[in-house]
Amino acid sequence: MDIALIGRIVPVFVQAAWTTVELSLLSLALGLAVAALVAMLRLSHVAALRFAGAAYVSVFRGTPALIQIFLLYFGGPQVGIQFEPFAAGAIALGLNIAAYMAESIRGGVLSVDRGQMEAARSLGFGEGQSMRWIVLPQAAKLMIRPLGVNAVALVKGTALVATISVVELTYTAQRFIGSTYKPFEIFAVTAVLYMIMVYGLTLLIDRLDRAYAGEA
Amino acid sequence: MQGLDFSIVPEYWPLIGKGLWWTVVISTASAVLSVLAGIGFALLVLYASPVVRYPVRLFMWLFMGTPLLLQLFLIYFGLVQIGIDIPAIWSGIIALSLHFAVYNADIFRAGIAALDKGQTEAARSLGFGAWRTRIYIVVPQAVRGTVPAVGNMMIALLKESSIVSMIGIAELVHSAQLVISETYRPFEFYLTAAALYYGLNLILEAVLRGIERKVELSR
Amino acid sequence: MNDTRPMIEVRGARKFFGPLEVLKGIDFSVARGQIVAVIGPSGSGKSTLLRSINHLETLDGGEVWLDGVQVNQKLDRRSFERHINGVRQQMGMVFQHFNLFPHLNVAENITIAPIKLKGMAKAEARALALKMLDKVGLADKIDAFPARLSGGQKQRVAIARALAMQPKVMLFDEATSALDPELVDEVNLVMKQLASEHMTMVIVTHEMRFAAEVADRVIFMADGAVVEEGSPAEFFRNPKQERTRSFLKKFLNG
Ligand SMILES: Nc1ncnc2c1ncn2[C@@H]1O[C@H](COP(=O)(O)OP(=O)(O)OP(=O)(O)O)[C@@H](O)[C@H]1O
Ligand SMILES: [Mg+2]
Repeated sequence: MDIALIGRIVPVFVQAAWTTVELSLLSLALGLAVAALVAMLRLSHVAALRFAGAAYVSVFRGTPALIQIFLLYFGGPQVGIQFEPFAAGAIALGLNIAAYMAESIRGGVLSVDRGQMEAARSLGFGEGQSMRWIVLPQAAKLMIRPLGVNAVALVKGTALVATISVVELTYTAQRFIGSTYKPFEIFAVTAVLYMIMVYGLTLLIDRLDRAYAGEA
Repeated sequence: MQGLDFSIVPEYWPLIGKGLWWTVVISTASAVLSVLAGIGFALLVLYASPVVRYPVRLFMWLFMGTPLLLQLFLIYFGLVQIGIDIPAIWSGIIALSLHFAVYNADIFRAGIAALDKGQTEAARSLGFGAWRTRIYIVVPQAVRGTVPAVGNMMIALLKESSIVSMIGIAELVHSAQLVISETYRPFEFYLTAAALYYGLNLILEAVLRGIERKVELSR
Repeated sequence: MNDTRPMIEVRGARKFFGPLEVLKGIDFSVARGQIVAVIGPSGSGKSTLLRSINHLETLDGGEVWLDGVQVNQKLDRRSFERHINGVRQQMGMVFQHFNLFPHLNVAENITIAPIKLKGMAKAEARALALKMLDKVGLADKIDAFPARLSGGQKQRVAIARALAMQPKVMLFDEATSALDPELVDEVNLVMKQLASEHMTMVIVTHEMRFAAEVADRVIFMADGAVVEEGSPAEFFRNPKQERTRSFLKKFLNG
């Protein structure tokens, strides 16, 4: 192990890891928003909307995230959509994870006993009100873990944008492996940074899940 | 903006088709290896001596905490620098296999742990040794319960096999890239590749459903 | 005059589940302050009828009226949503499996509807909850979560929750059949007390003795139709239909 090398490269890698964090947070925010919308479509009373939601999930889960990134970044300009690599990556990753998160949200809502909705309706609550005050608060607890799994997958998935030259952690690792000829030192530094993010997030989700899903 | 033109796609079918074929080959090989290695890791984590168990756990922990693309770069660009030169295609298969073996191992481990202890005791009472019991009695039963979860991993594997295009393996995405560098029509050809993946995915899902049904019947 | 108008009126109610006709044209009415017990074999359509009154099931034919207002009237989606929410606020529904809201404590279970739907102030709503809980004998549980309550206590809270909306009628769908036998009486007692206060009630039940004690009128359903109805005295002592006799015989022997 070349300790001196590790000492030299750590600042650069921490910088790159920060880009990975930013990318993850942006895609997560976009992903959650789109996922909520798609889940609503999937749960709609209108068959056409249900179909649209199902199609979204099926298409985004049925094709590789890598191609979704390439389609947006390289193919986008052909149809008048042009983004910087970072933005293209964040958007493509967000749209991709949204398909998985939509299913986590839908699963949570469907796991709430039907009787809850009926009881709320029988008191005179409207459909939206029943969702908002009765079903969703219960469903939210059931979603913490599956959404957490999605978020962890997203953090690891951000590595894909290295392929469109976003200078995040994996891109930086690849460049330094090529220039230093010290693959294991580079891998060690990169792995530690990824694992801080991945296992840190896992720990956070565990805590949230225990704090909320456990109670009454 | 140059507008879209899908009429040129069929012209490049031979190249795309070849890429499709390699995607199937690489995914299938990696799927099989990831299941076998997954079972191996699971058994080692559960039953091997600490000298073996802890390194295996460390390895699993490392591979679960890092992206596949990084692992692929390490195997292909990294190992060669310390004198281990693995051809691209094998680097790709090894990376995919190891990456998914780790997840499979986690699933198998849970499946084995959930198995009734009476099974082991019955086998031991018949005179099976400890490892024979595990391999002939425990694993075959535990694997059945894990078919849906491992199936999901294989669906992920098929899609993530696209990542090996990054080290120049001429699978579907790389073939599309070759065509695009010639035609400058990324949208048409990436969309074509996406459609082909979607088709492969449908076939794989149907196959997995078939396997699940069969396993369900034999339980 | 207002007071002679029936509180609930069901006319020609028909309901299909796919090809299965579950309600085959039901007619009955419940007068103000009257207590009607609905009995009948499993699958005869009792729950479906009760749920149709609350519009938890949509009838395929016929009409339901509550206090002179048609429950299942034809309106566009938006207007109907507003209409039905208003109608439901005037009907209390009690379910076999309680359906308390597990994420809310007892007080919140009872006050959420008055606060959100009637705009009641929180303090006032809590006082109301306390009053309703007093009625069902559970004032000391006001801050407990449902998971901490026995089945009988849950059902009594569910009744208090429905009562807090000051409904014109109460609908009970086998309120005690999910309970351990020793917990049935505490719930029946609450229902009897409501009866003594002249609450209009429709009670679907499998307990013949309770039906005889509490009801002003008994309706016997079989295969989606009303076979026989009458006062408990004539109905249980002197059933006219063969179908009723064989049903009652099974119950009395079993
Ligand atoms: N949502 C539904 N979909 C299809 N069939 C249904 C549905 N709900 C009820 N049924 C059927 O309608 C018939 C009447 O059901 P209902 O629940 O009204 O009977 P019930 O008299 O309340 O019976 P029980 O005494 O068992 O509660 C039954 O055959 C039942 O299987
Ligand atoms: Mg019923």
